[in-house]
Amino acid sequence: MTAAVEFDRITCTFAGTRGPYTAVKDVSLSIGDGEFVSVVGPTGCGKSTLLNVTAGLLRPTSGTLRVLGEPLSGINRKAGYMFQSEALMPWRSALANVVAGLEFRGVDRAEARRRGEEWLERVGLAGFGDRFPHQMSGGMRKRASLAQMLILDPRILLMDEPFSALDVQTRSLMENELLELWSADRKSVVFITHDLEEAISLSDRVIVLSAGPATHPIGEFAIDLPRPRDVAEIRLTPRFIELHDRIWHAMKEEVLKGYAQTRNRVSA
Amino acid sequence: MLAAIFAVWQLLTQPGLLPPFFWDNPDRAAFFFGEPLKIFRVIWEWFAGGAIYQHLWVTLEETALAFGIGAALGLAVGLWLGLSPTASALFDPYIIAANAMPRVVLAPIFMVWFGLGIWSKVALGVTLVFFIVFFNVYQGVKEVSPVVLNNTIMLGANRRQLLRHVYLPSATSWVFSSLHVSVGMAFVGAVVGEYLGSAKGVGYLIQQAEGAFDINTVFAGILVLTAFALVLDFAVGATEKRLLVWRPQQADTEQL
Repeated sequence: MTAAVEFDRITCTFAGTRGPYTAVKDVSLSIGDGEFVSVVGPTGCGKSTLLNVTAGLLRPTSGTLRVLGEPLSGINRKAGYMFQSEALMPWRSALANVVAGLEFRGVDRAEARRRGEEWLERVGLAGFGDRFPHQMSGGMRKRASLAQMLILDPRILLMDEPFSALDVQTRSLMENELLELWSADRKSVVFITHDLEEAISLSDRVIVLSAGPATHPIGEFAIDLPRPRDVAEIRLTPRFIELHDRIWHAMKEEVLKGYAQTRNRVSA
Repeated sequence: MLAAIFAVWQLLTQPGLLPPFFWDNPDRAAFFFGEPLKIFRVIWEWFAGGAIYQHLWVTLEETALAFGIGAALGLAVGLWLGLSPTASALFDPYIIAANAMPRVVLAPIFMVWFGLGIWSKVALGVTLVFFIVFFNVYQGVKEVSPVVLNNTIMLGANRRQLLRHVYLPSATSWVFSSLHVSVGMAFVGAVVGEYLGSAKGVGYLIQQAEGAFDINTVFAGILVLTAFALVLDFAVGATEKRLLVWRPQQADTEQL
């Protein structure tokens, strides 16, 4: 089966103020069709860079990215992207935001509206279609962003720490909702987070990245926890704790390395 | 408080009411400052007699045209320079230089080019409005949130759709925040233009009165202009509120 996303020795080098900076180097990964993969790593290790390459928002300095077998050029039209910070258009209502993608594709207005209302209901925002982003709470805005992305039925979901800006309770709720929506038709997901617990409770596989610069994967862990999962409850099962322990040990050194680097940079 | 100001004013200027403590001649104060009662009489005569309406209309027409044309040009050029780095690099210095120039002194040149009719006043108003709108639109385009932009790109928007659905709304919100000043400037352009040479308009009436040292009429003109500026400002505020309903207000407690 063709992998949904395949990284083939991807390297990204930026021209920094203090000389060229290699964010990621020789990254070779593969995301299977219908697989939920989390990418974890210490802060500043280039996770977002990899995601932006997958989205087509960034061109790698070298290496090939294949999406569903085809090398990617330009924006990845098969993928939906959910950002960490506010991405909704503030001048549009919730409903108008959700149907934006359909509008850009020329879908008939009445049809788009109908689908928009359906999706608002699915993410628990029925009746809030007329509200503007500033009139909604953080959790509501995230739900609207989810609907905005999923209404286009993308094959691949790219999520950049989507829930990190939420409070703990809302985050658990959103994680459960994501799993529910995902299990309806098993899209391929690349989920970036620095929260290891979140990664393990959500995914089929967890990939650990080394500390920057020149980040590359240093471990892949299969998560054999049964589905369907409840994000809050699964964290207390013995198998979860075992997995967490193993992966954390792999990560710990890299996290400390990452912090040591930022401390050195500050004192330099 | 307004009534108190007028009352004190009348008190100080009505000849014979107070013993002259500043000038020897009791008529002098009235000569220099006008008397509110006489001012109101002029205003009353203007409106009741209907003499004012054609002048008011001319001034308002000039204001509206100056604002409309200035805003449209400012929007177009602001968008163009905001989106095109090469155009921006080329034209920025000239626009900044043109803005630094005191443009009101162009009024006589506009008279020569456009005649004494409304177009010279409109031209002056446009030079004042254009720069305000331009700088605001430019800023609005430059300050579009990159996250919102990238998100809209990922949703499949092409360049035209991005312009229409992201850049334009972002720029327009900046324009609206400067709307009050822009309308005010259009008004100033119209009146100053009239003042410097015209045959119609409230500015013209003020200028005529000044020629005859008729301070009462001058103040009457000023008060009428101020009243209309307030009406315009109110109209702008109402439009702004309706169109910017998506903007978070200071004391917003409508959260769920």
